[in-house]
Amino acid sequence: MHIPDGFLNGAASAGTAVVAAGGLGYSIKRAGAYLQDNRIALTGLVAAFIFALQMLNFPVAAGTSGHLLGGALAVILVGPWLGITAVSVVVIVQALLLADGGISALGANVLNMALVTGFVGWVVFRTMVKILPRSWTTVLVSTFTAALASVVASSIAFVIEYAFGGRGNVDVATVLAAMAGVHFLIGIGEGLISSAMVGAAATRPELIAGVQDLDLLDKEKKKVRAGAWGFAAAGLAVAVLLVMVVAPLASEEPDGLERAAIDQGFADSAEDHVLAESPLADYGVSGVEDEATGTRLSGLIGVLITFGVGAAIVGAFVMMRKRSTTPL
Amino acid sequence: MHRLPPQVKVVALLVFVIAVVAIPREAFWAHALAGCLIAGVMILAELPAGFVARRMLVEVPILVFALLLPFFGQEPTTQVLGLTLSVEGLWGAWTIIAKATIGVGASVVVSATTTIPDIIRGLDRIRVPRVITAIAGFMVRYLDIVAGEFARRRVAMASRGYEPRWPWQGGPLAHSAGSLFIRSYERGERVHQAMVARGFTGRMPAYGDQPASLREWAIGLSVPAAAAILVLLSVTVIR
Repeated sequence: MHIPDGFLNGAASAGTAVVAAGGLGYSIKRAGAYLQDNRIALTGLVAAFIFALQMLNFPVAAGTSGHLLGGALAVILVGPWLGITAVSVVVIVQALLLADGGISALGANVLNMALVTGFVGWVVFRTMVKILPRSWTTVLVSTFTAALASVVASSIAFVIEYAFGGRGNVDVATVLAAMAGVHFLIGIGEGLISSAMVGAAATRPELIAGVQDLDLLDKEKKKVRAGAWGFAAAGLAVAVLLVMVVAPLASEEPDGLERAAIDQGFADSAEDHVLAESPLADYGVSGVEDEATGTRLSGLIGVLITFGVGAAIVGAFVMMRKRSTTPL
Repeated sequence: MHRLPPQVKVVALLVFVIAVVAIPREAFWAHALAGCLIAGVMILAELPAGFVARRMLVEVPILVFALLLPFFGQEPTTQVLGLTLSVEGLWGAWTIIAKATIGVGASVVVSATTTIPDIIRGLDRIRVPRVITAIAGFMVRYLDIVAGEFARRRVAMASRGYEPRWPWQGGPLAHSAGSLFIRSYERGERVHQAMVARGFTGRMPAYGDQPASLREWAIGLSVPAAAAILVLLSVTVIR
């Protein structure tokens, strides 16, 4: 995921650098509430934590392995501005000290791995947590979805940068399909690990910024069971609906091979991931050659598989918690 | 090299890499010269070859990606050794391999000749926002502690017969990372309290920090200056 020097041309490097500097500047300003309190040590430790996490490689498919991006996790754990700042620092230090990610591509890397993941992760997480019944199940499922969406959004951001300033002139649809496909798998891994970590951190819920205002402490036991089923039905319905509506829209993008058409298409995909539908947008892409119905079908299958995986995880968590909360 | 002030090295690295990215792709000789320049600096700094090679390994995934480009590029194509390759893809592969290698080389030179606290101090001197440098400082300071603790937990798990091999076995690993987050957070709070108790007001004291002299700037910037000349030369030759 780290873009090296020479991958993007000068204009794209400069453009992403400006955007990244603006976004990071704003995040620092907003993080000021913490930093005025001079809790810099705390942010530094969070950054160190994410840095260590990024060393955690896990196998994806056939020989490729992905590492955690940690953006969604960071914003859920410490809040959007502090989280984005911490991940940005991680990316900057990686470029300067480890030569991981190019110096001239620093802007693009900060944009993709800190700003996009942080923003998408936070929006998805907070939207889901607010809409769905308040329970730890919701929190864990939201974390999973937010992490997955953030990774896919990050890969889409990469493709957009590649379309505007990449070298090599590979068909953008091919890059999009490859990147979004691989990162969907990485995203599942990231989602699993992130939600497991948030689950483990739940012993101190007041420390998790994303759920601080939710008052989960007392209501947890009562709502878990009732909430899970309601959530499951509602979530599945929403996902199916979105696949039916959004996937055919997304599938139009790769048809336009000319740049103008691509630019047009990106407006769509950008909208998609703001609305947190990037996994679905991805499914639309994976059915590139298919017609709209085929795309819908593949998207539907994907949603069901994802849902099944999510349900299995949640089930595992519920069981684990039941075991751990049995009276001594 | 080792003695140059860190801010000079960081600025030189930045300018040099931007210059290399700006060299037109048709100018093979300019890339070669820039590569020689970096190799020369490495020799001057007496960096061991094995060390440099190991640090350059971060580049491998990129090289793999670059080598795939000619096979997936668009028309027009060309025949090389019986393979049908995209012309644009070949150009892309060449550009990425050349520029990424030079860029990684330059970063390796700077990070190998500068200690981590020095780099952060250098960033501070060229007016990178203090929040960033302060966070980076703490991050570096505690990275070993966090990573070490995580490694010890893995050892503890392994010694109890738990060695996850498949992604779906990673649960306990993630669990341990989650509890590590809580511990990191609590440690951060304690560190901050300890700092406040010792009179921390929001600014780290700087010891032995001197502005770079003009001569040091001149030495440090000679390398990117040479690269900038390469850019100008290659652009005029190509046009």
